[in-house]
Amino acid sequence: MARIAGVDIPNNKRGEIALTYIFGIGRSTAQKILTTAGVDRDKKAQDWSDDEQNKIRSVIGDSFKVEGELRSETQMNIKRLMDIGTYRGIRHRIGLPVRGQTTKNNARTRKGRKKTVANKKKATK
Amino acid sequence: MSRSLKKGPYIDIKLEKKLQANIDSGKKTVVKTWSRASMISPDFVGQTIAVHNGNKFIPVYITENMVGHKLGEFAPTRIFRGHAGKKNKGNK
Repeated sequence: MARIAGVDIPNNKRGEIALTYIFGIGRSTAQKILTTAGVDRDKKAQDWSDDEQNKIRSVIGDSFKVEGELRSETQMNIKRLMDIGTYRGIRHRIGLPVRGQTTKNNARTRKGRKKTVANKKKATK
Repeated sequence: MSRSLKKGPYIDIKLEKKLQANIDSGKKTVVKTWSRASMISPDFVGQTIAVHNGNKFIPVYITENMVGHKLGEFAPTRIFRGHAGKKNKGNK
């Protein structure tokens, strides 16, 4: 099993797919990496030689931000928005959709599980 | 879709003129504006701009981080004071 970009251990899948197990690498980036490293896309990750593995590692190290580095970068970007007090930053802070989506219904991804508010007592006739 | 690079950033002409006068004379007077769509250019750093939010002017002190954002982003137009019945939350 190959160990690339720190903790990730892609399994016995085709190289193109195995690389996408790394945070920050999708299909198209994986293809680019394999082409620059000169490794066949369809070759399984377990069949990579040490030489090929090192090549892939160096390609990723040189030209892509992955895993922790990438995560911290996005966090920094969000923090910047919050610090300078933009509308987007405020939305991040209060946990509501940032890009202008409606919040009357849905928006559950940002708002989390439904919090039921107790009904007002019905006025007696 | 982003704005064409050919045109350059949008900055209200009058606002730019007033701020330029401010910069040239080294003064730091507050400039009022309704132009929320204007981009903050690097020259404006250190100035205070009063941005209209539809009701009143919100003073915005321009820092380096704000360059490239638009003025309206710093002057919220809605105030959410919390839902009825939720007594101690909200009021932000």
